[in-house]
Amino acid sequence: MTTVSMTVNGKPVSADVEDRTLLVYFLRENLRLTGTHIGCDTSQCGACVVHVDGRAVKSCSMFAVQAEGANVTTIEGLAKDGKLHPVQEAFRENHGLQCGFCTPGMIMTAVAAIERHGAMDRETIRHELEGNICRCTGYHNIVSSIEDAAKKMSEA
Amino acid sequence: MIPYPFEYKRAKSLGEAQALLAQNPDAKLLAGGQTLIPTMKMRLANPSALIDISKLSELSFIRASGDTLAIGAATTHGAVAASIDVRRLIPSLAHMAAHIGDPAVRAVGTMGGSLANNDPAADYPAAVLALNATIKTAKREIAADDFFTGMFSTALEDGEIVTEIRFTKPERAGYEKFANPASRYPMAGVFVAKTKDGVRVAVTGAGPGVFRVEAMEAALAKSFTPDAVAKIAISPDNLNSDIHASAEYRAHLVTVMAKRAVEHAVANDGH
Repeated sequence: MTTVSMTVNGKPVSADVEDRTLLVYFLRENLRLTGTHIGCDTSQCGACVVHVDGRAVKSCSMFAVQAEGANVTTIEGLAKDGKLHPVQEAFRENHGLQCGFCTPGMIMTAVAAIERHGAMDRETIRHELEGNICRCTGYHNIVSSIEDAAKKMSEA
Repeated sequence: MIPYPFEYKRAKSLGEAQALLAQNPDAKLLAGGQTLIPTMKMRLANPSALIDISKLSELSFIRASGDTLAIGAATTHGAVAASIDVRRLIPSLAHMAAHIGDPAVRAVGTMGGSLANNDPAADYPAAVLALNATIKTAKREIAADDFFTGMFSTALEDGEIVTEIRFTKPERAGYEKFANPASRYPMAGVFVAKTKDGVRVAVTGAGPGVFRVEAMEAALAKSFTPDAVAKIAISPDNLNSDIHASAEYRAHLVTVMAKRAVEHAVANDGH
C-alpha cells in the first residue's frame, strides 16, 4: 500500500491505496465521487474523463499514484455555489443528453477543449469529441451544447 | 478491470530511472501509459514494477535550432501538436500529433513511448522513418532505418531509455491516414518526405511494422506528383488482416493514402 495525497475539487485528500489502483476507482470508491463513470474499461469511451493539473485525461488509464500531488477536478467540482458551470447549463438548455451516462466525460472534455480553443466551429468540436462515445444522442445536441457554451464563455 | 499487482516508482532523474531499471529487470518504464496501462488492465502485461519517467523535465522539451528540431522523449502529442517550432519546421509532424488517438490520449501520451513500443498501428514511426530522424538514447544514437525491427520490437537494448528524437526540416512533407472509426489509429497511414537527400515514403498501420515503399520513393524522385504514386500497387502479402480491413483492402488504402499525402506535400499545407 502507498499513501497517495492530492487535491480533488479544491479539497486535500489522502488515502492508502494499492499501487495498481486506477485513478477512477480511487475517485469512485475511496472518495465516493461517483459522477465519474466507467463505461468501457478499454480506454475508448471517455466516460471517465477528469482534469489532472488542468489536462483532460482518462482516469481509467492512469493510476492514482501517478496523480500524487496533483490538482484533480471531477464533474462534481464544476458547479460553484449551487450554480451550474456554463457547459453544464448549455447541455441542459440544448438537450445535450438522454441517458446521461457519457455526460460527465463529455462535459469534462468540453471544458478542456473550450479552454484551449475558445469559440469553436462544429467540425473542431467533433474532432475534440473523438475520445468520447455516446450511444443515445447521435452527438448532434452534444455538439450544439458545446458550441453554445464555447460561444457564451468566450463572450463573457 | 484490475491489473496484476506491481510496485510504482517515480524516478527523480534519468540516472535514477536507469538505476531502477537495472535493479528491477522485470520492470517497465511508464511515460504516458496510454498503451501500457490498457494492456496491463487486460492482463496482457505483468511488469513487476513501473518506473515513472513522465515527470522528468530533462525528457520533456522541444528545441529548434536552424533546420533541426529536437524533441524530448517524454514530450506529449498535445505539446508537439501545439508547438510553434514544430508547426514552423515540420507542420505535417504537428498535424500527425494532433490526430493521434483522441485529446485525452494526446494530453499524456509521449513520442518516446510511442516509438519504444513500436505498435504496428502507431502514427509516429511513419514520420520518424520517412523524415530519417535520429533516435537518441542515454548511450547512443540510432538511425530510423535501424530502429524499427519488427512488430512491437526495436533496436533498443534492455534498460536503454529513449531520451530525444532529432528531426531535420524536409523540403516538403505530408501525412494521410485512414483512421479506425472508433480508436483513430491508422488502418493505413503514409508519410511522404522530400529532402535534399531524396524522397522517403513510410507506411504504418498496414503491416506488422512500419515499412518503406521503394517503388513509390523512386517514382516520386523522378516526379514529385500525386500521379506518380497513384498507380503503384503494393502487395497484400504480409499485410494485416482483421475485422476492420482485409490485407487486400489495406494494400489498396496504402496507395490512396500515399497519393493524398503527396497532394498535401505538394501543396505544403501542413497536413
